[in-house]
Amino acid sequence: MNRNFEFRKPNSNLKMFLGAGKPPMFGDYEAQRHWQEITFNLPVKQWYFNSSDNNLQYWGLDYPPLTAYHSLLCAYVAKFINPDWIALHTSRGYESQAHKLFMRTTVLIADLLIYIPAVVLYCCCLKDISTKKKIANALCILLYPGLILIDYGHFQYNSVSLGFALWGVLGVSCDWDLLGSLAFCLAINYKQMELYHSLPFFCFLLGKCFKKGLKGKGFVLLVKLACTVVASFVLCWLPFFTEREQTLQVLRRLFPVDRGLFEDKVANIWCSFNVFLKIRDILPRHIQLIMSFCFTFLSLLPACIKLILQPSSKGFKFTLVSCALSFFLFSFQVHEKSILLVSLPVCLVLSEIPFMSTWFLLVSTFSLLPLLLKDELLMPSVVTTMAFFIACVTSFSIFEKTSEEELRLKSFSISVRKYLPCFTFLSRMIQYLFLISVITMVLLTLMTVTLDPPQKLPDLFSVLVCFVSCLNFLFFLVYFNIIIMWDSKSGRNQKKIT
Amino acid sequence: MWIKLVGSVRCRSNGGAHNCRGYWQLVFGFGARGDSPQMPSHPHLATSEWTLDYPPFFAWFEYILSHVAKYFDQEMLNVRNLNYSSSRTLLFQRFSVIFMDVLFVYAVHECCKCIDGKKVGKELTEKPKFILSVLLLWNFGLLIVDHIHFQYNGFLFGLMLLSIARLFQKRHMEGAFLFAVLLHFKHIYLYVAPAYGVYLLRSYCFTANKPDGSIRWNSFSFVRVISLGLVVFLVSALSLGPFLALNQLPQVFSRLFPFKRGLCHAYWAPNFWALYNALDKVLSVIGLKLKFLDPNNIPKASMTSGLVQQFQHTVLPSVTPLATLICTLIAILPSIFCLWFKPQGPRGFLRCLTLCALSSFMFGWHVHEKAILLAVLPMSLLSVQKAGDASIFLILTTTGHYSLFPLLFTAPELPIKILLMLLFTIYSISSLKTLFRKEKPLFNWMETFYLLGLGPLEVCCEFVFPFTSWKVKYPFLPLLLTSVYCAVGITYAWFKLYVSVLIDPPVGKTKKQ
Repeated sequence: MNRNFEFRKPNSNLKMFLGAGKPPMFGDYEAQRHWQEITFNLPVKQWYFNSSDNNLQYWGLDYPPLTAYHSLLCAYVAKFINPDWIALHTSRGYESQAHKLFMRTTVLIADLLIYIPAVVLYCCCLKDISTKKKIANALCILLYPGLILIDYGHFQYNSVSLGFALWGVLGVSCDWDLLGSLAFCLAINYKQMELYHSLPFFCFLLGKCFKKGLKGKGFVLLVKLACTVVASFVLCWLPFFTEREQTLQVLRRLFPVDRGLFEDKVANIWCSFNVFLKIRDILPRHIQLIMSFCFTFLSLLPACIKLILQPSSKGFKFTLVSCALSFFLFSFQVHEKSILLVSLPVCLVLSEIPFMSTWFLLVSTFSLLPLLLKDELLMPSVVTTMAFFIACVTSFSIFEKTSEEELRLKSFSISVRKYLPCFTFLSRMIQYLFLISVITMVLLTLMTVTLDPPQKLPDLFSVLVCFVSCLNFLFFLVYFNIIIMWDSKSGRNQKKIT
Repeated sequence: MWIKLVGSVRCRSNGGAHNCRGYWQLVFGFGARGDSPQMPSHPHLATSEWTLDYPPFFAWFEYILSHVAKYFDQEMLNVRNLNYSSSRTLLFQRFSVIFMDVLFVYAVHECCKCIDGKKVGKELTEKPKFILSVLLLWNFGLLIVDHIHFQYNGFLFGLMLLSIARLFQKRHMEGAFLFAVLLHFKHIYLYVAPAYGVYLLRSYCFTANKPDGSIRWNSFSFVRVISLGLVVFLVSALSLGPFLALNQLPQVFSRLFPFKRGLCHAYWAPNFWALYNALDKVLSVIGLKLKFLDPNNIPKASMTSGLVQQFQHTVLPSVTPLATLICTLIAILPSIFCLWFKPQGPRGFLRCLTLCALSSFMFGWHVHEKAILLAVLPMSLLSVQKAGDASIFLILTTTGHYSLFPLLFTAPELPIKILLMLLFTIYSISSLKTLFRKEKPLFNWMETFYLLGLGPLEVCCEFVFPFTSWKVKYPFLPLLLTSVYCAVGITYAWFKLYVSVLIDPPVGKTKKQ
């Protein structure tokens, strides 16, 4: 009688390192598995088309080609380990311990190869900071709960696109413009949502070209950049450029314009406004499109223009934040997971404005609450949020950095004091707002978890969460725009004097 | 019989260990519904694999837990629900461990107060107190045994560390009381009882020493002896009293000390007997090849087939429980003598305690590999104070923790255990190296080579072996290799610690109170 090595069906939660706990449901996890099945078994021409083998209603591919290639790569590995996981049609809804481990490992490997080195390198390149602070910074960024929970718990590969975007930021800030733009093109070709970051990249690079002079080096740089971008797009989309119909179909899958202003509950303006006035039902589709387009561009125009005129690395990072936030708040068909696109640039400015960044990152995790509760990730989200908060508080001593100077609001408040001499309470006001915000978030979380919503309003708590988050995000939009607009030369002079 | 024995082996998977705990709670579900709790003699209870084998205080503890459990999930308290598991049960079990760990955290806090190591640097992370607290709170072995494999060792070790801290703070009565209570929670702490007994007798009951450190017989205090005895007696009475009254004491003892279980269980704990068994196996194979042994004389069931029962060794003499007891006593005698004749205050007691735990681990009967934690945790306190102790600690803890790997054998647990082990090992080695950087290096080339060899061993056992053809013929091979490799390391650490204790200068020269 041999000792049996079989394990009983584990009913326990497996916390993978800092990662998520409970098994993912038939959600994005199944979507990712399904894409591996499709890309492996079907020829390239059929990936984005509806057919008997590929039912687009059941988790059809709706990300650009690089995601498809990545799925194909994972599928090859899956075939080597266990072909049942990606067998056409028969593997629908496949869930087993080994498969879960495999999928989680693919996310981890993607993280290790792309996202984590980018973060580490970024923190190493930070100037005027001791090594210990750099390590603390890297730790805080890596501990950001939103990305960990969505990637490992809800199950996606955001770290790949965010990692590529981060490589882009690094390249562009360190004057490796071509490599930076290549990395960013890869990011866009992985997830089309990265287009939220495209405007700041464009404006920053354009500003650099202008600064170098459009008649000489600037023009050469512009041409080189254009060629890089076009070449990378062509390379990624090569199999789909053979026929016009292919390209159009992919575009149709990537940008579903007939879906409506928003879907489900998301912490943006339209959803919050919908609470008072049902604009989604009142206005016709094309008016909604135009309206969101106008609002988005109006809100991000000042920052972008400033970036073109005065391209600086710091301004670039803040513009990334404000543009992504504008897109999130006002754009069409935004998902709540898109907040990660705003969180990444905020992580990058963690060392400059630790207090506000930590506050923002906490709110962004809170805004994901309805989604996390659906995936039964309450425990991991609470634990990771607390770990992140404690890490930030101890690394940056954020509660001591709430003066006007620290919040980069000095020049703004000086300008305001020219008209209102009594405007001295800015920093205290912000501290009170922080307190109110945190208390509201904690209360809402408790209420959502413990109480049942009333019969007539079953979505009450999710809507409240979205509404509160939206208010917070509006405040941050105003704040970041103030920093960008008032971060003028006078700010730099002041630093030199003090 | 087979089922009952396998039960002790099967306390391995998450599900299994959970059911182990859950079962004990459902035994006391009787109590939650008004019946009186009893040791399992009920016909239903005897058919489960997980019958109680801890002393009465632990049983009362599970009783209290069962009362709380009914608010989480009533079903898990139903006696017929063997192997019951639900997410609420799991949540409750895990929360109970985390909650009880509060005692452990408090004990670590008290221990850190007793350390006054060198002031190497102003950095918080370089202070001995900080390093000790991390080594104790994030101890890899304790983490996986408590929170994954599932037991309540956290608060029990908390009790032990607290009693040690009290002895350091010269609150001997409290220390003795805490240890007596601990003994009635888990009788494995009998391993270290001699150290407590001798230390309390020598350093507490004899109130003063002669100038050269030897014993002053006329300073014996009867009051202290009697008060200590009273404390121990009262605690024991509280614990065993009810069972004495019910005439169940023999049954209790037979559950607590199951000598029918065999010298080693299916996975050999990395102690002296593992080496003994391995030697026996090697000799029998050589003997068979060289035709010294008759194949018909060899018993059919060999130790490596996973069966846990009593049987004979082939070449070397068989080992009886009495033999192991004698070996253990001989092994702990020198350290006890050291404690008696060269008392060095609480630090000497701590070293003797570690040695007792380690010697009992080395020579005990049916030792479980988890028992290595009994030696590792007290040793942590010693490691932040002397470089020599630090190097012994690192070898002991790294091999000890690695030997716990077979406890978690499912595929999803593999990355967790490797990651956590790497984290803890890298932290402990780097922090202790930084703490003692002004002294000679912690490891010589042989030790470094040995520790590095753990990596390839893990790769071979977990990644390479399952894909070879030996998996079917010799499924036990990885466990055997792990046992023997770790046994070498642990024996070496034990030996080194003994040597350092024996050749330490007596108390006249060192004054560490």
